[in-house]
Amino acid sequence: MKMEKAVLAVITTQREKIGGGAPIFLCDTKEEMEKIAANLEAILDGIGHALSDQLYIIVKH
Amino acid sequence: MNEYTYPILFGVVIGTIARLVMLRTDYRQYPTYLHGKVIHISLGFIAAALGTVAVPAIMEKEFTAVTFLTIAASQFREVRNMERNTLTELDAYELVPRGNTYIEGIAVAFEGRNYLVIFTSFIATLSFLAWNIWIAVISSLICFFVIRKFMSGATLKELVNIEYQNLHFEGAGLYIDNIYIMNIGLPQRQEEILKYGMGFVLTPKNFNVRSTIANLGQRQAILHDASVSLGVFRDSGTPALVPLIKRDLDDGRIGVFLLPQDKDVDKAKRIIGAVPVLENAIRMPSESKANKKGNKSR
Repeated sequence: MKMEKAVLAVITTQREKIGGGAPIFLCDTKEEMEKIAANLEAILDGIGHALSDQLYIIVKH
Repeated sequence: MNEYTYPILFGVVIGTIARLVMLRTDYRQYPTYLHGKVIHISLGFIAAALGTVAVPAIMEKEFTAVTFLTIAASQFREVRNMERNTLTELDAYELVPRGNTYIEGIAVAFEGRNYLVIFTSFIATLSFLAWNIWIAVISSLICFFVIRKFMSGATLKELVNIEYQNLHFEGAGLYIDNIYIMNIGLPQRQEEILKYGMGFVLTPKNFNVRSTIANLGQRQAILHDASVSLGVFRDSGTPALVPLIKRDLDDGRIGVFLLPQDKDVDKAKRIIGAVPVLENAIRMPSESKANKKGNKSR
């Protein structure tokens, strides 16, 4: 099966809520999280999506 | 020199001119280069010659000679393949691709135009031989008008009403009117999109149009044409900045999200209105027999 979409990275400030397969980046503040998400978006050629104020994912479309 | 020299010459010239008339370089930028044009003019010349010599062949009672027209048919199918392959290869390097439906439409047009050339040359030579050169000139002119009519299909402004709508975010969701486009997480990207983006809502004028504009190929064609004419605020490696079209499932309207370099609302409306309606995207649910019967019984 061809994977069309994949979560490449998870960026969060809420340590306790996450776990699992994708690389996880833990941040202390919202600003730090946005900065890392912006960098990862550029590096991974994915799109940064906000699932909540504490949780960003980078998705390859 | 024999009795057929002038009619054949006339037919070939008329056919080649017909191909030239149909070969235009416009915003679609294809065929752009001299070599691309040379290929199509040469093929047009061959088509014209084939259409022309069919007439004397029939007059000399060489009926089997007509079978070479079938060779012409397979030859021009090859043209269609060639166009399809070239455009598909190039499409991978477009910032906003044409999409396969659009490419197929262009390829079919290239094949079809060669048949129109055969038809024109055939008519021209036939009327030259059957009557005289003046009748031949008149019938060639009629052919040119028919060709012009065949060439231009419908455009979007005949099918939809286009209105400008502001983009707005609800949380991370980007919306045009009430149509959800995509989730943009980063505040930085959101600002860029609000600054550079434009939103349009296309409202179908009738029920048939709904399925036509819902076609993914037709939607991609709109995005491609708009991006070609207005520029696009995008680069490789910025997948978040991508023009998109999404559909309102309730009433079949579509929301067009563009990232133009030239933010001129009226121009953008004109450009979207001038997008060709792709033949392969046209649907006619109202022509269905089941539909018609249903209406009668009501």
